[in-house]
Amino acid sequence: MSRWTARWLRDSRLSGIILIGLLLLLWQLSAVYLVDTPTWPPVSSIAQAWVTNIADGTLPRHLLATFWRQMLGYVLAVIFGIALGLAMGYFRVLYNLFEPLVEVLRPIPGPAYLPVLVLFVGIGHAMKVVLIMLASFFPILLNTYSGVRAIDVVQFDTARTLGLSTLQTFRELVMPAASPQILTGMRISLAISLILAILSEMIVSNDGLGYFVLLGQRTFKIPEMYAGIWTLALFGYVLNRVFLLVEARLIKWHLETSGRG
Amino acid sequence: MRWSSHRGHVRFRKAMNDYIVVDRLSKRFSSHGRAAVDQVSFSADRGSFTVLIGPSGCGKSTLLHIMAGLSAPTSGAIWLSGEVVKTPRADMMYVFQQYTKSIFPWRTVLDNVMLGIKYRSHASRDELVQECRRQLEHVGLGRYAQYHPYQLSGGMQQRVAIARALARRPDLLLMDEPFSALDAMMRVELQDLLLQLWQELGLTILFVTHDLDEALYLAQRVIVLTASPGRIADVVDVPLPYPRSQVETRSARAYLALRERLYKTMVAQVMEGRRYER
Repeated sequence: MSRWTARWLRDSRLSGIILIGLLLLLWQLSAVYLVDTPTWPPVSSIAQAWVTNIADGTLPRHLLATFWRQMLGYVLAVIFGIALGLAMGYFRVLYNLFEPLVEVLRPIPGPAYLPVLVLFVGIGHAMKVVLIMLASFFPILLNTYSGVRAIDVVQFDTARTLGLSTLQTFRELVMPAASPQILTGMRISLAISLILAILSEMIVSNDGLGYFVLLGQRTFKIPEMYAGIWTLALFGYVLNRVFLLVEARLIKWHLETSGRG
Repeated sequence: MRWSSHRGHVRFRKAMNDYIVVDRLSKRFSSHGRAAVDQVSFSADRGSFTVLIGPSGCGKSTLLHIMAGLSAPTSGAIWLSGEVVKTPRADMMYVFQQYTKSIFPWRTVLDNVMLGIKYRSHASRDELVQECRRQLEHVGLGRYAQYHPYQLSGGMQQRVAIARALARRPDLLLMDEPFSALDAMMRVELQDLLLQLWQELGLTILFVTHDLDEALYLAQRVIVLTASPGRIADVVDVPLPYPRSQVETRSARAYLALRERLYKTMVAQVMEGRRYER
């Protein structure tokens, strides 16, 4: 290939977007001219279904439902995860007490809690929020207490020689020092919370994007089904981007020194 | 220092004007291992500059750690102005060797210096900021108040640590190989800065190093520790005049004689330490 092409591929940030465009084009052409099955609709009809559903408010309604329950479960997981994580990381007694329990519960995949929760909490909104919270809780917890335990003893000694109280030490040392790791846990849990939200909507719900996608498949409105998946992709992408932006603001010092900045 | 023994207990006579008294300090990390520090005793006056030197692993850093109240001795005690040191005290400050860890990277230089005083003082925030800026000026970092530590060189970061320590107006400064992780030029700069601050502020300084020349250049008195277990091998007075000069002092005949004596003691200790390792 020519030198100009090689350099463009290496330096340009558009090449990835162009790749996506090309794949969509491939999809469109293959659906119109090569493959003729209802399960592989052309991009144009998906786009049409997408626009229609946005215009009449269906997709926004489902998106909001997913967003609402995901965020509720996620925020609760963040609050409890960080609180317990900080306590476990700082107080050895608590760590020794809870760590075996955490190690036993952690490997249980989130979906496995679903039948248990249905029995205890029913099949309503609350159950889904609890499910999302449970599954999102563990990555945050683990990353938080790992972050705290990784704090160098020199920093704790410094805090002691400066005469900082426990509360002051938490504010000035523990929280900032552990925050990169805490944010990593939060980012992982963000993805998990979305997965569990969609899953719970597919199994026991009558709104939300998961429900919408499944409904499309069951009623054989295939373009709608794909439109729902596109919306999910877009939604997840935006969420992640926003998170990275917030993270950059909060831990600029870390990103600068660790080379990610 | 005068003391008497009475029914196995040691009592100090009231007529004791030594500021720091280390009394038979021992530290053992495991019950059957060798002691890190073994029955070390010495004292230092207010306003003195004492340097502890010894081969690696001789327990000098452990000793300083205990003196700061950061760890407890296995036996023996440290007295500061007649009171036993058990936890870090407000009138003493510690400067660590690893400045990248000790200075908090998520705060600006100014905020780092503020950390020592903002919770202890009832002064307004503006007054505290003024005080910290003054301290930074004093160590030559006046322009860098809003920088973050990762933007500064090692020598500058260590100066932030010193400014932070001095903002507390301590009587005693404990320094654990503070310049060992710096390159030669920075080390020399900071040595002179430290001597200047010492003379100006009338601090008492206890300085740990493994560098012979640094010890002689800075100290009024050098205490040499043996290889593990750490005991006092020698105490050398350094009667060279202050202010000292990197060129003149280091080439003075008295300095060279002391250096030779100290070198021989140190080498003997290192050999001793090697023998134990086999």
